[in-house]
Amino acid sequence: MTGQTHFDGPIKVLVPTGSLGAGAREEEVRHGIAQGAHVIATDAGSTDSGAAYLALGISKNNKGAVKRDLTILMKAAHEAKIPIVVGTSGQAGGDRNLDWTRDIAVEVARELGIRPKIALLYSELSKETVKAKNAAGRVRPLPPVGSLDDATVDACDHIVAAMGPEPFIAALQAGADIVLGGRTTDTAVLACYPLMKGAPLGPAWHAGKIGECGAQCTIKTVDGSGVLLSIHADGFDVEPLSTVNTCTPHSVSAHMLYENSDPFLLTEPGGVLDVTEADYQQVNERIVRVTGSAWRPRPYTMKLEGASSGRFQTVMLVGIQDPIVLRNLDAFHDRMLDRLYHRVRTTIGEAAGDFHISLRLYGWNAVTGEKVPEGTPPPREVGVLFVATADTQEMATQIAKACNPWFFHMYMPEHEEMPSYGFAFTPADIERGPVYEFRLNHVVECDDPMELVRTVWVDLDRAEAA
Amino acid sequence: MAKVSDVCRLVRSKNAGPFWVTVDLFFDGADSFRRYAGSEALGPETFARLYGTDPALVKRFPVERLNMIKISYPRSSPQGGMVERDLHCGQQYVRLLDVELG
Repeated sequence: MTGQTHFDGPIKVLVPTGSLGAGAREEEVRHGIAQGAHVIATDAGSTDSGAAYLALGISKNNKGAVKRDLTILMKAAHEAKIPIVVGTSGQAGGDRNLDWTRDIAVEVARELGIRPKIALLYSELSKETVKAKNAAGRVRPLPPVGSLDDATVDACDHIVAAMGPEPFIAALQAGADIVLGGRTTDTAVLACYPLMKGAPLGPAWHAGKIGECGAQCTIKTVDGSGVLLSIHADGFDVEPLSTVNTCTPHSVSAHMLYENSDPFLLTEPGGVLDVTEADYQQVNERIVRVTGSAWRPRPYTMKLEGASSGRFQTVMLVGIQDPIVLRNLDAFHDRMLDRLYHRVRTTIGEAAGDFHISLRLYGWNAVTGEKVPEGTPPPREVGVLFVATADTQEMATQIAKACNPWFFHMYMPEHEEMPSYGFAFTPADIERGPVYEFRLNHVVECDDPMELVRTVWVDLDRAEAA
Repeated sequence: MAKVSDVCRLVRSKNAGPFWVTVDLFFDGADSFRRYAGSEALGPETFARLYGTDPALVKRFPVERLNMIKISYPRSSPQGGMVERDLHCGQQYVRLLDVELG
């Protein structure tokens, strides 16, 4: 990645959508290719929707949505003879998430009658690997977590390391038509192709950050899905793929803020993107040019993500329009919670273990759980979500069942006869499964960007026979 | 006394990874930015009070070009954990709207 002195540019990266499966648009992809796109690059996941997708190795998107997008992209890329790179396959980028995406890509290739060379980049790590790295002093915590111990590693169901661009570049240089990556930084998957072609580092990485959510850096986000990033010797241009959409210096620069705790610095494998001096100029009504982005090289690190599954929850839901309840919602909440705890203690007793019950009053204060300001008028109705947490699924459900009569019928002092709150379902209790959490917020130091990555090539003959 | 909602044209919040929340406050112009961007009412103590976060870890970045400030703080409970009520933290900004800036 040091060949930028010979860079003629521009290199054009077609970002069809903010996340594979979110809805690439055929006409936008066609437009980007007509503009001379050299590569199609998209991210396919994030930690944003929680740890369940890594812990379970499942996608957030449905198969049909991912297949639809891959069909559009693989058909267009095949015709234009340009590669496709995908980061964080299957939402979490674990080995299972990647295999799920691979199977869809193979199915699409078969249906299109094409035979692309597909590389798979696995970056899931065994617990032994992480422990050994930690024991060697090569794992560092990031705030707010502390240093890593073996028990935390053991608590994780799956651990991934976020890749930089190097494994993608290696696969592309080895002739890949499609590279499906496991966990990858959003930025790296968009930056890899320009970096391979010797693009200047600051603009290539900054373009990757700006384009990572597709058309979110544009003005009419509802009218478009993707963007075209053109990286040239002095900076980069951002252009919406939808011809009715526009970008402004504000829409582009504001995206650097998105889901990023620091507006100027973004730590990536092997360096820090520094946009403190970046300048954003309107080129024409649709295009913004960005200059002044800098890349500060650092020792190579990969961010670790580890997901665990913990205790179990069972939920129930009722709707309430009863004016007696609505007039005294806080009192209702406190009285109900008190009764439910009492009920579990008297019917299940110590066997319930260290259980937890929470009641969330949707329509009142469910999002914060805090008391509303004095004098707030009562709502027209509330939904009350009951959440029991216990050591086993069975116990969480036993707790819900024990609570059911009170959750269904609890009197307030003004009630003349027994109220019946509005259940939506039968049976009333719904087993929600374990609580999933991310346990790691650490980086691992690597001697080589490929050290923790396994590259596998898809054998289409075998895959199709399977 | 001006509230956040009186002097900002847009306030938003979102996860910044599983362990951090970031809030963007876009003021309604350069005047409001100059006047309120450094307000003590948007300091670490307010975030500790509203969100139960460790005030020592709250970070604040003024971005003059956009007349905005970004404030980032660690989550006080794990994302998706037992007591989760806002997995993506997209609703957390609302509690800031009534903060009085003096």
